[in-house]
Amino acid sequence: MKPPIFDYVAATSIDMAVAALAAAGGDAKVLAGGQSLVPMLNFRLLRPSVLVDINRIAGLAYIEEDKVAIRIGALTRHLQIETSPLIAKYFPVVSAAMTHVAHLAIRNRGTIGGSLSHADPAAELPMLASLLDAEFKVVSASGQRSVAARDFFLDALTVDLRADELLTEIVLPKLPPHTGFGFEEVARRHGDFALTAVATTLTVDGDVINQARIALGGVGPTALRASEAEKLLIGHALDDGLTERAVTAVRSAIAPETDLHASADYRRHLAGVLTGRALATAWQRANTGAA
Amino acid sequence: MTKTCAISVTVNGTVHGASVEPRLLLADFLRQTLGLTGTHVGCEHGVCGACTVLVDGDSARSCLMFAVQADGRRVETVESLGRISKLNVLQEAFHEHHALQCGFCTPGMLMTATDLLKKYPLASDDDIRKGLSGNLCRCTGYEHIVKAVRAAAGKAGGAS
Repeated sequence: MKPPIFDYVAATSIDMAVAALAAAGGDAKVLAGGQSLVPMLNFRLLRPSVLVDINRIAGLAYIEEDKVAIRIGALTRHLQIETSPLIAKYFPVVSAAMTHVAHLAIRNRGTIGGSLSHADPAAELPMLASLLDAEFKVVSASGQRSVAARDFFLDALTVDLRADELLTEIVLPKLPPHTGFGFEEVARRHGDFALTAVATTLTVDGDVINQARIALGGVGPTALRASEAEKLLIGHALDDGLTERAVTAVRSAIAPETDLHASADYRRHLAGVLTGRALATAWQRANTGAA
Repeated sequence: MTKTCAISVTVNGTVHGASVEPRLLLADFLRQTLGLTGTHVGCEHGVCGACTVLVDGDSARSCLMFAVQADGRRVETVESLGRISKLNVLQEAFHEHHALQCGFCTPGMLMTATDLLKKYPLASDDDIRKGLSGNLCRCTGYEHIVKAVRAAAGKAGGAS
């Protein structure tokens, strides 16, 4: 099918984009990479009066380092993140996960800001943002604000972003030393949305875990953190018994749905298996110094 | 009537000026406005990969881009690769390895493989399969397509 009629604004600055969003009175959509929005337009699931194209805004695609964080411009394409040496150095979990994001032609176009704003519950980036306690900078004609990832994802395809607001930057706080990561995903076909995905980081102090993060995708309306499982890991060395307790905690914390692709039981099963594998890898990496 | 936008797009090395509705998909601009019907339209929602072209050298689904977004950009379609009398390395490999039957997916396969060969080492057949996983073929079972890309990857210069 073909998209419905809309007015088109090719914004060349953030100010111009947010002014156009404000002028549309809630009836505009932001066009970034378009890899989720354009299918919805082609299917006519959406009929916005105005599309505000942000692709021509200079300086909105960047990956920069400061003392405490890596800052990523909202228009940064998936492929830039996948191949970034800075990301590989500070967030190898992101580099590992990005190769699972759709297909090359989509990674060439799709943007981090677009994926996070779209918030597909099975997409990798919302899960990574949750895992890494990302902070989002949001701009509108009336000012700007910051939102933490844990407050941003409200429901499936629903985020804390007003119709006149534009996500402009994603801030990833650097991880402590002696942190290892694990990333596991099962999809029907490489590049498809995850049936279930798990990302974890473990930080060790001496012989024990002193910080643990476990994020899951595809098992609920939003990406989520398994906070009970995280808590029970703190202060212990990872062994089979502890892994089993964490796996049990993850399985009881989620309420996945059955759909065309997989049953709820299968997704719950996967969440546990993948958590176990991801924790083992993270523990090994944290202890061997491999980031 | 909706407003139209004046655009200028370089397609396969030739500059084309046109006045387009903003909702006109790049795929339809290529096929219907310019008559370049080598780019095929399958699913129109970014799943099948048949409409893959290169935009400023990077593969993109032309059903997920508007023609107006290509203003000032360089687009390459399957017509840019070679001619029947002089196939390029990748097309030759498809020919030799029987990598097409009905040919519907072929333009997308070729443009995707062109970008894959440029960006990834494709050290294993598994890498090739992952790289092509966004392009659907309903005839070949993919075996021959993987072989063709493997052959092209083994030749210096890849798809150029």
